[in-house]
Amino acid sequence: MIGLSHYLIVSAALFSFGILCVLTRKNAINVLMGIELILNAANLNLVAFSKYSSGKIDGQIFAIFIIVVAAAEAAVALAIILSMYRILRSVNLDRADTLKG
Amino acid sequence: MDKNLLGQIVFYFFAALTIGSAAVVVFARSLVRSAFALLFTFFGVAALYAYLGADFLAATQMVIYVGGILVLILFGVMLTHKLYDLNIKTGSVQLIPSTIAVVAVFAFLAFFMLRTEWFRGDSVLSGPTTASIGNLLMQDFILPFEAASVLLLLALIGAAMIVRRRSE
Repeated sequence: MIGLSHYLIVSAALFSFGILCVLTRKNAINVLMGIELILNAANLNLVAFSKYSSGKIDGQIFAIFIIVVAAAEAAVALAIILSMYRILRSVNLDRADTLKG
Repeated sequence: MDKNLLGQIVFYFFAALTIGSAAVVVFARSLVRSAFALLFTFFGVAALYAYLGADFLAATQMVIYVGGILVLILFGVMLTHKLYDLNIKTGSVQLIPSTIAVVAVFAFLAFFMLRTEWFRGDSVLSGPTTASIGNLLMQDFILPFEAASVLLLLALIGAAMIVRRRSE
């Protein structure tokens, strides 16, 4: 029988791949994809807990707000990436070192 | 075939689709291939939502992630690289130490997720959810709902501000 822990494991795997994507990729757009993976993992957790733990629908409402924030985040992040491309002619994150980070 | 077994097969299929395409997102050499693998990840997560009985969220996931965010990401890929160049390569850095750290994180999470005895409510959610989500958004969650609309407006204006060409 499929239970809560199955969803939690899927979500943990999705989260781990997202972290790996953010840590290892050079391309800024690829890092953005990793962040989307992490947000999806969090959403999956919320919906699973909403079904199996509380039996209320509040978790799904929270997931909707996360989707809204993710949409806003994607728009602003892509605006920043386009702006970076215009200045540096590259979206390689290693080249965004003006602040000596 | 037993209905229970069929449900398990469907779950494992979509879980494998989600995790497998997430792996392709991380390890693909081509950026465009990465973006299309992300499509299957979003689709798999939407199917898992449907499996969890969250029908409204599954539809929202399809519309917003697949129809909105993925198209936005593909626009980003096409605007920051040479058009018609479908073999956009991208490299990885520090793959081995990151992989070790991430495997450790996953083992930690999985260990505690399996070990913890989660609180089980006596009622399990069932039935269509759209009407109750609408009622909750208009009654109990009206303030966060309005705040989200302001946030979206701010993001719209902010994104347009950041990318506009400054005329000297």
